[in-house]
Amino acid sequence: MHNPQLNKDGKLKHLLSIEGLPRAILNQILDTAESFTGVSEREVKKVPLLRGKTVCNIFFENSTRTRTTFEIAAKRLSADVLNLNVSTSSQSKGETILDTVDNLTAMHADMFVVRHSQSGAAHLIARHVAPHVHVVNAGDGRHAHPTQGLLDMFTIRRYKPDMHNLRVAIIGDVLHSRVARSEIHALTTLGVPEVRVIAPKTLLPQDVEKLGVQVYHDMRAGLKDVDVVMMLRLQNERMSGSLLPSAQEYFKCFGLTQEKLALAKPDAIVMHPGPMNRGVEIDSAVADGMQSVILPQVTYGIAVRMAVMSILAGSNDA
Amino acid sequence: MTTPLPEAEQLLTRLAEQLRPVITPATALVGIHSGGVWIMQRLLKLLDVPLAHGTLDVSFYRDDFNQRGLKPTTRPSQIPFEVEARHIILIDDVFYTGRTIRAALNELFDYGRPANISLAVLVNRGGRELPIAPQFSACELPLPADKNLQLLQHEDGRFYLRLDDQA
Repeated sequence: MHNPQLNKDGKLKHLLSIEGLPRAILNQILDTAESFTGVSEREVKKVPLLRGKTVCNIFFENSTRTRTTFEIAAKRLSADVLNLNVSTSSQSKGETILDTVDNLTAMHADMFVVRHSQSGAAHLIARHVAPHVHVVNAGDGRHAHPTQGLLDMFTIRRYKPDMHNLRVAIIGDVLHSRVARSEIHALTTLGVPEVRVIAPKTLLPQDVEKLGVQVYHDMRAGLKDVDVVMMLRLQNERMSGSLLPSAQEYFKCFGLTQEKLALAKPDAIVMHPGPMNRGVEIDSAVADGMQSVILPQVTYGIAVRMAVMSILAGSNDA
Repeated sequence: MTTPLPEAEQLLTRLAEQLRPVITPATALVGIHSGGVWIMQRLLKLLDVPLAHGTLDVSFYRDDFNQRGLKPTTRPSQIPFEVEARHIILIDDVFYTGRTIRAALNELFDYGRPANISLAVLVNRGGRELPIAPQFSACELPLPADKNLQLLQHEDGRFYLRLDDQA
Protein backbone atom coordinates (compact mmCIF):
# COMPACT_ATOMS: atom_id res chain seq x y z
CA MET A 1 0.00 0.00 0.00
CA HIS A 2 1.19 3.50 -0.75
CA ASN A 3 2.43 5.25 2.36
CA PRO A 4 1.71 8.99 2.07
CA GLN A 5 4.68 9.73 4.31
CA LEU A 6 7.27 8.31 1.92
CA ASN A 7 8.38 9.53 -1.51
CA LYS A 8 8.93 7.22 -4.46
CA ASP A 9 12.46 6.42 -3.27
CA GLY A 10 11.15 5.37 0.14
CA LYS A 11 12.51 8.49 1.85
CA LEU A 12 10.52 10.29 4.51
CA LYS A 13 8.65 13.18 2.89
CA HIS A 14 6.08 14.00 5.57
CA LEU A 15 5.97 12.89 9.19
CA LEU A 16 2.31 12.24 9.95
CA SER A 17 2.27 9.18 12.15
CA ILE A 18 4.70 6.57 13.43
CA GLU A 19 2.27 3.85 12.44
CA GLY A 20 3.42 2.35 9.17
CA LEU A 21 6.97 3.66 9.27
CA PRO A 22 9.72 1.06 8.98
CA ARG A 23 12.16 0.57 11.83
CA ALA A 24 15.02 1.76 9.60
CA ILE A 25 13.45 5.21 9.27
CA LEU A 26 12.82 5.51 12.99
CA ASN A 27 16.43 4.57 13.63
CA GLN A 28 17.64 7.04 11.02
CA ILE A 29 15.75 9.83 12.80
CA LEU A 30 17.08 8.79 16.23
CA ASP A 31 20.66 8.45 14.95
CA THR A 32 20.52 11.82 13.22
CA ALA A 33 19.12 13.38 16.39
CA GLU A 34 22.15 12.00 18.21
CA SER A 35 24.34 14.12 15.92
CA PHE A 36 22.20 17.19 16.58
CA THR A 37 22.44 17.00 20.37
CA GLY A 38 26.00 18.35 20.17
CA VAL A 39 24.91 21.40 18.18
CA SER A 40 22.85 22.71 21.10
CA GLU A 41 25.91 22.58 23.37
CA ARG A 42 28.19 24.65 21.14
CA GLU A 43 29.11 28.29 21.10
CA VAL A 44 27.06 28.75 17.90
CA LYS A 45 23.93 26.65 18.27
CA LYS A 46 23.09 26.63 14.60
CA VAL A 47 23.80 24.64 11.47
CA PRO A 48 23.06 26.00 7.99
CA LEU A 49 20.98 23.08 6.66
CA LEU A 50 17.66 24.89 6.23
CA ARG A 51 19.09 28.29 5.37
CA GLY A 52 16.69 30.10 3.08
CA LYS A 53 13.80 27.77 3.94
CA THR A 54 10.63 28.91 5.65
CA VAL A 55 8.99 26.75 8.28
CA CYS A 56 5.40 27.60 9.28
CA ASN A 57 4.15 26.43 12.63
CA ILE A 58 0.39 26.37 12.21
CA PHE A 59 -1.26 25.68 15.53
CA PHE A 60 -5.02 25.32 15.30
CA GLU A 61 -4.86 24.25 18.94
CA ASN A 62 -2.63 25.83 21.56
CA SER A 63 0.55 24.21 22.75
CA THR A 64 3.30 26.43 24.03
CA ARG A 65 5.90 23.74 24.62
CA THR A 66 5.54 21.85 21.36
CA ARG A 67 5.43 25.04 19.33
CA THR A 68 8.44 26.46 21.13
CA THR A 69 10.59 23.38 20.63
CA PHE A 70 9.66 23.21 16.94
CA GLU A 71 10.52 26.88 16.67
CA ILE A 72 13.90 26.47 18.37
CA ALA A 73 14.63 23.39 16.26
CA ALA A 74 13.84 25.22 13.00
CA LYS A 75 15.91 28.21 14.05
CA ARG A 76 18.87 26.03 14.97
CA LEU A 77 18.65 24.67 11.43
CA SER A 78 18.80 28.30 10.19
CA ALA A 79 15.27 28.29 8.78
CA ASP A 80 12.99 31.31 8.93
CA VAL A 81 10.08 30.55 11.20
CA LEU A 82 6.51 31.80 11.14
CA ASN A 83 4.24 31.01 14.06
CA LEU A 84 0.51 31.09 13.47
CA ASN A 85 -2.04 30.54 16.15
CA VAL A 86 -4.91 30.05 13.77
CA SER A 87 -7.48 29.36 16.44
CA THR A 88 -7.32 33.03 17.20
CA SER A 89 -7.16 34.45 13.68
CA SER A 90 -8.44 33.41 10.26
CA GLN A 91 -10.36 30.30 11.34
CA SER A 92 -12.52 32.48 13.49
CA LYS A 93 -13.19 34.52 10.35
CA GLY A 94 -14.30 31.38 8.52
CA GLU A 95 -11.25 30.48 6.44
CA THR A 96 -10.80 26.74 5.87
CA ILE A 97 -7.60 24.89 6.82
CA LEU A 98 -6.67 24.41 3.18
CA ASP A 99 -7.20 28.11 2.40
CA THR A 100 -4.83 28.93 5.23
CA VAL A 101 -2.27 26.49 3.84
CA ASP A 102 -2.67 27.81 0.29
CA ASN A 103 -2.06 31.34 1.46
CA LEU A 104 1.07 30.37 3.30
CA THR A 105 2.30 28.35 0.32
CA ALA A 106 1.79 31.45 -1.80
CA MET A 107 4.23 33.11 0.61
CA HIS A 108 6.72 30.33 -0.28
CA ALA A 109 6.54 28.28 2.88
CA ASP A 110 8.61 25.09 2.55
CA MET A 111 7.40 23.17 5.58
CA PHE A 112 4.29 23.11 7.72
CA VAL A 113 4.28 21.98 11.32
CA VAL A 114 0.63 21.38 12.11
CA ARG A 115 -1.26 20.96 15.37
CA HIS A 116 -5.00 20.44 15.16
CA SER A 117 -7.74 19.12 17.42
CA GLN A 118 -9.16 17.01 14.58
CA SER A 119 -7.57 13.65 13.82
CA GLY A 120 -6.33 13.54 10.23
CA ALA A 121 -5.75 17.28 9.81
CA ALA A 122 -2.06 16.84 9.00
CA HIS A 123 -2.86 14.07 6.50
CA LEU A 124 -5.36 16.35 4.79
CA ILE A 125 -2.75 19.08 4.45
CA ALA A 126 -0.07 16.65 3.26
CA ARG A 127 -2.37 15.42 0.48
CA HIS A 128 -3.05 18.98 -0.56
CA VAL A 129 0.37 20.68 -0.60
CA ALA A 130 2.71 21.16 -3.57
CA PRO A 131 5.32 18.40 -4.12
CA HIS A 132 8.22 20.37 -2.62
CA VAL A 133 6.36 21.19 0.60
CA HIS A 134 6.76 18.99 3.70
CA VAL A 135 4.32 18.46 6.55
CA VAL A 136 5.06 17.50 10.15
CA ASN A 137 2.20 16.43 12.36
CA ALA A 138 2.61 18.13 15.72
CA GLY A 139 -0.46 16.41 17.14
CA ASP A 140 -3.84 15.72 15.55
CA GLY A 141 -6.84 14.98 17.75
CA ARG A 142 -6.60 11.59 19.38
CA HIS A 143 -4.65 10.19 16.47
CA ALA A 144 -0.91 10.81 16.59
CA HIS A 145 1.91 12.96 17.91
CA PRO A 146 4.87 11.37 16.15
CA THR A 147 7.65 13.74 17.23
CA GLN A 148 6.64 13.23 20.87
CA GLY A 149 6.77 9.46 20.31
CA LEU A 150 10.19 9.80 18.71
CA LEU A 151 11.66 12.02 21.40
CA ASP A 152 10.40 9.53 23.97
CA MET A 153 12.20 6.76 22.08
CA PHE A 154 15.33 8.89 21.93
CA THR A 155 15.16 9.45 25.69
CA ILE A 156 14.63 5.75 26.40
CA ARG A 157 17.53 4.82 24.12
CA ARG A 158 19.80 7.29 25.90
CA TYR A 159 19.12 5.73 29.30
CA LYS A 160 18.36 2.15 28.25
CA PRO A 161 20.29 1.47 25.07
CA ASP A 162 19.17 -2.14 24.68
CA MET A 163 15.63 -1.63 23.43
CA HIS A 164 15.23 -5.36 22.76
CA ASN A 165 15.37 -6.13 26.43
CA LEU A 166 12.93 -3.68 28.00
CA ARG A 167 9.65 -3.71 29.83
CA VAL A 168 7.78 -0.43 29.39
CA ALA A 169 4.55 0.72 31.06
CA ILE A 170 2.35 3.52 29.71
CA ILE A 171 0.01 4.83 32.37
CA GLY A 172 -3.08 6.97 32.23
CA ASP A 173 -5.61 8.24 29.76
CA VAL A 174 -4.71 6.07 26.76
CA LEU A 175 -8.18 6.53 25.28
CA HIS A 176 -7.81 10.22 24.49
CA SER A 177 -4.05 10.24 24.05
CA ARG A 178 -2.35 10.72 20.69
CA VAL A 179 0.93 10.53 22.60
CA ALA A 180 0.12 7.02 23.84
CA ARG A 181 -0.72 5.84 20.34
CA SER A 182 2.53 7.19 18.91
CA GLU A 183 4.53 5.74 21.79
CA ILE A 184 2.98 2.30 21.40
CA HIS A 185 3.67 2.20 17.64
CA ALA A 186 7.23 3.43 18.15
CA LEU A 187 7.99 0.95 20.94
CA THR A 188 6.66 -2.04 19.04
CA THR A 189 8.33 -0.97 15.77
CA LEU A 190 11.67 -0.63 17.55
CA GLY A 191 11.34 -4.12 18.95
CA VAL A 192 10.60 -3.47 22.63
CA PRO A 193 9.36 -6.90 23.72
CA GLU A 194 6.93 -5.93 26.46
CA VAL A 195 4.71 -2.85 26.37
CA ARG A 196 2.08 -2.52 29.10
CA VAL A 197 -0.73 -0.05 29.41
CA ILE A 198 -2.12 0.68 32.86
CA ALA A 199 -5.43 2.53 33.07
CA PRO A 200 -9.00 2.32 34.30
CA LYS A 201 -11.32 0.59 31.83
CA THR A 202 -13.02 3.89 31.05
CA LEU A 203 -9.76 5.39 29.76
CA LEU A 204 -8.73 2.56 27.44
CA PRO A 205 -9.77 2.26 23.80
CA GLN A 206 -11.59 -0.90 22.77
CA ASP A 207 -9.32 -3.60 21.39
CA VAL A 208 -6.22 -1.86 22.73
CA GLU A 209 -4.58 -5.31 22.92
CA LYS A 210 -4.53 -5.37 19.13
CA LEU A 211 -1.80 -2.72 19.25
CA GLY A 212 0.46 -5.32 20.81
CA VAL A 213 0.23 -4.25 24.44
CA GLN A 214 -0.62 -6.00 27.71
CA VAL A 215 -3.44 -4.42 29.66
CA TYR A 216 -3.38 -3.81 33.41
CA HIS A 217 -5.97 -2.06 35.52
CA ASP A 218 -3.88 -2.15 38.68
CA MET A 219 -0.77 0.00 39.10
CA ARG A 220 0.86 -2.38 41.53
CA ALA A 221 0.68 -5.31 39.16
CA GLY A 222 1.48 -3.27 36.07
CA LEU A 223 4.54 -1.50 37.45
CA LYS A 224 6.20 -4.66 38.67
CA ASP A 225 9.74 -4.91 37.27
CA VAL A 226 9.33 -2.36 34.50
CA ASP A 227 12.37 -0.46 33.15
CA VAL A 228 10.51 2.57 31.84
CA VAL A 229 7.43 4.32 33.26
CA MET A 230 5.70 6.60 30.76
CA MET A 231 3.04 8.77 32.33
CA LEU A 232 0.28 10.41 30.30
CA ARG A 233 -1.35 13.73 30.99
CA LEU A 234 -4.86 13.51 32.35
CA GLN A 235 -6.77 16.18 30.47
CA ASN A 236 -8.68 18.30 32.93
CA GLU A 237 -11.80 18.22 30.81
CA ARG A 238 -12.01 14.43 31.28
CA MET A 239 -12.51 14.93 34.97
CA SER A 240 -15.83 16.70 34.59
CA GLY A 241 -17.41 13.90 32.56
CA SER A 242 -18.58 10.51 33.69
CA LEU A 243 -15.26 8.76 32.99
CA LEU A 244 -13.68 9.48 36.36
CA PRO A 245 -15.04 10.05 39.83
CA SER A 246 -12.55 12.78 40.85
CA ALA A 247 -8.94 13.89 40.54
CA GLN A 248 -8.26 12.76 44.10
CA GLU A 249 -9.69 9.33 43.42
CA TYR A 250 -7.68 9.06 40.22
CA PHE A 251 -4.46 9.99 42.01
CA LYS A 252 -5.12 7.35 44.64
CA CYS A 253 -5.46 4.59 42.05
CA PHE A 254 -3.32 5.71 39.09
CA GLY A 255 -1.14 8.56 40.31
CA LEU A 256 2.56 7.75 40.34
CA THR A 257 4.03 7.99 43.83
CA GLN A 258 7.45 6.97 45.16
CA GLU A 259 5.81 4.06 46.88
CA LYS A 260 4.30 2.70 43.64
CA LEU A 261 7.44 3.48 41.67
CA ALA A 262 9.38 1.28 44.09
CA LEU A 263 7.67 -1.71 42.45
CA ALA A 264 9.45 -1.00 39.18
CA LYS A 265 13.10 -1.88 38.69
CA PRO A 266 15.37 0.20 40.95
CA ASP A 267 16.92 1.94 37.93
CA ALA A 268 13.62 2.54 36.13
CA ILE A 269 13.19 5.94 34.48
CA VAL A 270 10.05 8.08 34.72
CA MET A 271 8.81 10.05 31.71
CA HIS A 272 5.98 12.50 31.10
CA PRO A 273 5.16 14.38 27.90
CA GLY A 274 4.08 17.52 29.78
CA PRO A 275 2.40 19.61 30.86
CA MET A 276 2.14 17.72 34.15
CA ASN A 277 -0.77 17.76 36.56
CA ARG A 278 1.13 17.43 39.79
CA GLY A 279 -0.90 15.56 42.33
CA VAL A 280 -3.25 14.13 39.70
CA GLU A 281 -1.26 11.70 37.56
CA ILE A 282 2.14 12.22 39.17
CA ASP A 283 3.38 13.15 42.62
CA SER A 284 5.81 16.07 42.80
CA ALA A 285 8.35 13.94 44.65
CA VAL A 286 8.49 11.60 41.64
CA ALA A 287 8.36 14.33 39.00
CA ASP A 288 11.35 16.05 40.59
CA GLY A 289 12.99 12.86 41.81
CA MET A 290 16.16 11.03 40.88
CA GLN A 291 14.45 8.71 38.42
CA SER A 292 12.67 11.46 36.50
CA VAL A 293 13.94 12.21 32.98
CA ILE A 294 11.14 14.64 32.21
CA LEU A 295 13.38 17.65 31.58
CA PRO A 296 15.89 15.71 29.45
CA GLN A 297 12.85 14.74 27.32
CA VAL A 298 12.30 18.42 26.58
CA THR A 299 15.96 18.95 25.67
CA TYR A 300 16.04 15.89 23.42
CA GLY A 301 12.83 17.06 21.78
CA ILE A 302 14.79 19.82 20.07
CA ALA A 303 17.40 17.48 18.60
CA VAL A 304 14.73 15.02 17.47
CA ARG A 305 12.71 17.77 15.77
CA MET A 306 15.87 19.06 14.10
CA ALA A 307 16.48 15.56 12.79
CA VAL A 308 12.93 15.20 11.48
CA MET A 309 12.91 18.58 9.74
CA SER A 310 16.31 18.10 8.13
CA ILE A 311 15.49 14.61 6.91
CA LEU A 312 12.21 15.85 5.40
CA ALA A 313 13.79 18.91 3.80
CA GLY A 314 16.43 16.68 2.21
CA SER A 315 13.95 14.31 0.62
CA ASN A 316 12.83 16.38 -2.33
CA ASP A 317 12.43 14.36 -5.51
CA ALA A 318 15.31 15.12 -7.83
CA MET B 1 45.37 2.00 -14.36
CA THR B 2 48.89 1.25 -15.47
CA THR B 3 50.70 2.50 -12.35
CA PRO B 4 49.85 0.70 -9.11
CA LEU B 5 48.22 2.65 -6.28
CA PRO B 6 50.54 3.87 -3.53
CA GLU B 7 50.72 1.92 -0.28
CA ALA B 8 48.44 3.71 2.17
CA GLU B 9 50.49 2.57 5.18
CA GLN B 10 53.63 4.16 3.71
CA LEU B 11 51.71 7.35 3.00
CA LEU B 12 50.57 7.45 6.60
CA THR B 13 54.16 7.23 7.88
CA ARG B 14 55.21 9.94 5.43
CA LEU B 15 52.37 12.22 6.56
CA ALA B 16 53.33 11.73 10.21
CA GLU B 17 56.92 12.76 9.39
CA GLN B 18 55.66 15.86 7.56
CA LEU B 19 53.56 16.88 10.54
CA ARG B 20 56.06 16.12 13.30
CA PRO B 21 58.07 19.38 12.95
CA VAL B 22 54.98 21.61 13.09
CA ILE B 23 53.35 20.03 16.14
CA THR B 24 53.35 22.25 19.25
CA PRO B 25 51.43 22.03 22.52
CA ALA B 26 48.86 24.41 20.99
CA THR B 27 48.19 22.01 18.10
CA ALA B 28 44.92 20.09 17.86
CA LEU B 29 44.14 17.39 15.30
CA VAL B 30 40.64 17.21 13.82
CA GLY B 31 39.70 14.25 11.66
CA ILE B 32 36.85 14.38 9.14
CA HIS B 33 34.58 11.33 9.14
CA SER B 34 35.25 8.66 8.31
CA GLY B 35 38.68 8.27 6.65
CA GLY B 36 40.10 11.38 8.28
CA VAL B 37 39.19 10.07 11.73
CA TRP B 38 40.94 6.76 11.08
CA ILE B 39 44.06 8.62 9.95
CA MET B 40 43.95 10.96 12.92
CA GLN B 41 43.80 8.04 15.34
CA ARG B 42 46.82 6.44 13.70
CA LEU B 43 48.69 9.76 13.61
CA LEU B 44 48.16 10.23 17.34
CA LYS B 45 49.91 6.90 17.90
CA LEU B 46 52.70 7.57 15.40
CA LEU B 47 53.41 11.07 16.69
CA ASP B 48 53.29 9.78 20.25
CA VAL B 49 52.69 13.15 21.90
CA PRO B 50 49.53 13.97 23.85
CA LEU B 51 47.51 16.22 21.55
CA ALA B 52 44.02 17.68 21.77
CA HIS B 53 41.89 16.09 19.08
CA GLY B 54 38.36 15.89 17.79
CA THR B 55 36.19 14.66 14.95
CA LEU B 56 33.86 16.33 12.47
CA ASP B 57 30.96 14.94 10.49
CA VAL B 58 30.29 17.75 8.04
CA SER B 59 26.87 16.46 6.91
CA PHE B 60 25.06 19.49 8.35
CA TYR B 61 27.32 21.89 6.43
CA ARG B 62 27.48 20.28 3.00
CA ASP B 63 26.65 22.45 -0.02
CA ASP B 64 24.78 19.64 -1.80
CA PHE B 65 22.09 19.15 0.87
CA ASN B 66 19.38 20.52 -1.42
CA GLN B 67 20.34 18.04 -4.15
CA ARG B 68 21.15 15.00 -2.07
CA GLY B 69 19.57 15.46 1.33
CA LEU B 70 21.13 14.04 4.47
CA LYS B 71 23.22 10.90 4.41
CA PRO B 72 21.37 7.99 6.02
CA THR B 73 24.01 7.88 8.74
CA THR B 74 25.59 10.87 10.42
CA ARG B 75 27.86 10.83 13.42
CA PRO B 76 28.08 13.46 16.11
CA SER B 77 30.92 15.92 15.67
CA GLN B 78 33.08 15.99 18.77
CA ILE B 79 35.39 18.89 19.50
CA PRO B 80 36.21 18.38 23.19
CA PHE B 81 38.74 21.23 23.42
CA GLU B 82 38.71 25.00 23.28
CA VAL B 83 38.94 26.00 19.61
CA GLU B 84 39.71 29.63 20.42
CA ALA B 85 43.36 30.50 19.54
CA ARG B 86 44.16 26.87 18.69
CA HIS B 87 46.45 25.67 15.86
CA ILE B 88 44.25 23.15 14.15
CA ILE B 89 45.33 20.55 11.65
CA LEU B 90 42.34 19.23 9.73
CA ILE B 91 42.82 15.69 8.50
CA ASP B 92 41.11 13.94 5.61
CA ASP B 93 41.92 10.91 3.52
CA VAL B 94 41.58 12.17 -0.06
CA PHE B 95 41.58 15.81 -1.16
CA TYR B 96 39.46 16.39 -4.25
CA THR B 97 37.12 19.36 -4.88
CA GLY B 98 37.69 21.10 -1.54
CA ARG B 99 33.97 21.22 -0.77
CA THR B 100 34.21 18.91 2.22
CA ILE B 101 36.98 21.11 3.62
CA ARG B 102 34.89 24.25 3.12
CA ALA B 103 32.10 22.58 5.09
CA ALA B 104 34.57 21.54 7.81
CA LEU B 105 35.95 25.08 8.07
CA ASN B 106 32.46 26.50 8.48
CA GLU B 107 31.64 23.96 11.15
CA LEU B 108 34.90 24.55 13.06
CA PHE B 109 34.22 28.28 13.23
CA ASP B 110 30.90 27.55 14.93
CA TYR B 111 32.97 26.20 17.83
CA GLY B 112 35.19 29.27 18.08
CA ARG B 113 37.95 31.27 16.38
CA PRO B 114 41.12 29.23 15.90
CA ALA B 115 44.55 30.89 15.50
CA ASN B 116 45.09 29.01 12.24
CA ILE B 117 43.98 25.91 10.39
CA SER B 118 45.99 23.78 8.03
CA LEU B 119 45.00 20.74 6.06
CA ALA B 120 46.75 17.37 5.95
CA VAL B 121 45.67 14.58 3.60
CA LEU B 122 46.95 11.20 2.57
CA VAL B 123 46.32 11.77 -1.15
CA ASN B 124 45.76 14.93 -3.17
CA ARG B 125 43.97 13.69 -6.29
CA GLY B 126 43.68 17.12 -7.93
CA GLY B 127 40.46 18.63 -9.21
CA ARG B 128 39.86 21.32 -6.66
CA GLU B 129 36.93 23.64 -7.26
CA LEU B 130 37.61 26.13 -4.47
CA PRO B 131 40.62 28.20 -3.38
CA ILE B 132 41.50 25.56 -0.79
CA ALA B 133 44.53 23.25 -0.93
CA PRO B 134 46.28 20.91 1.50
CA GLN B 135 49.48 22.15 3.17
CA PHE B 136 50.51 18.58 3.94
CA SER B 137 49.89 15.76 1.53
CA ALA B 138 51.70 12.43 1.48
CA CYS B 139 51.11 11.92 -2.23
CA GLU B 140 49.98 13.75 -5.36
CA LEU B 141 47.92 11.45 -7.58
CA PRO B 142 46.00 13.29 -10.31
CA LEU B 143 42.88 11.33 -11.25
CA PRO B 144 40.15 11.90 -13.84
CA ALA B 145 36.69 12.87 -12.55
CA ASP B 146 35.17 9.48 -13.43
CA LYS B 147 37.35 7.74 -10.85
CA ASN B 148 36.56 7.29 -7.19
CA LEU B 149 39.51 6.87 -4.79
CA GLN B 150 38.70 5.48 -1.35
CA LEU B 151 40.66 4.74 1.79
CA LEU B 152 39.66 1.40 3.31
CA GLN B 153 40.79 -0.77 6.19
CA HIS B 154 41.80 -4.42 6.21
CA GLU B 155 40.40 -6.53 9.02
CA ASP B 156 43.61 -6.05 11.00
CA GLY B 157 43.17 -2.26 10.70
CA ARG B 158 45.87 -1.68 8.04
CA PHE B 159 44.93 0.92 5.44
CA TYR B 160 44.69 0.43 1.69
CA LEU B 161 43.50 2.53 -1.21
CA ARG B 162 40.92 1.42 -3.75
CA LEU B 163 40.20 2.97 -7.12
CA ASP B 164 36.75 2.44 -8.69
CA ASP B 165 34.88 3.80 -11.65
CA GLN B 166 32.43 6.45 -10.51
CA ALA B 167 28.94 4.97 -10.23
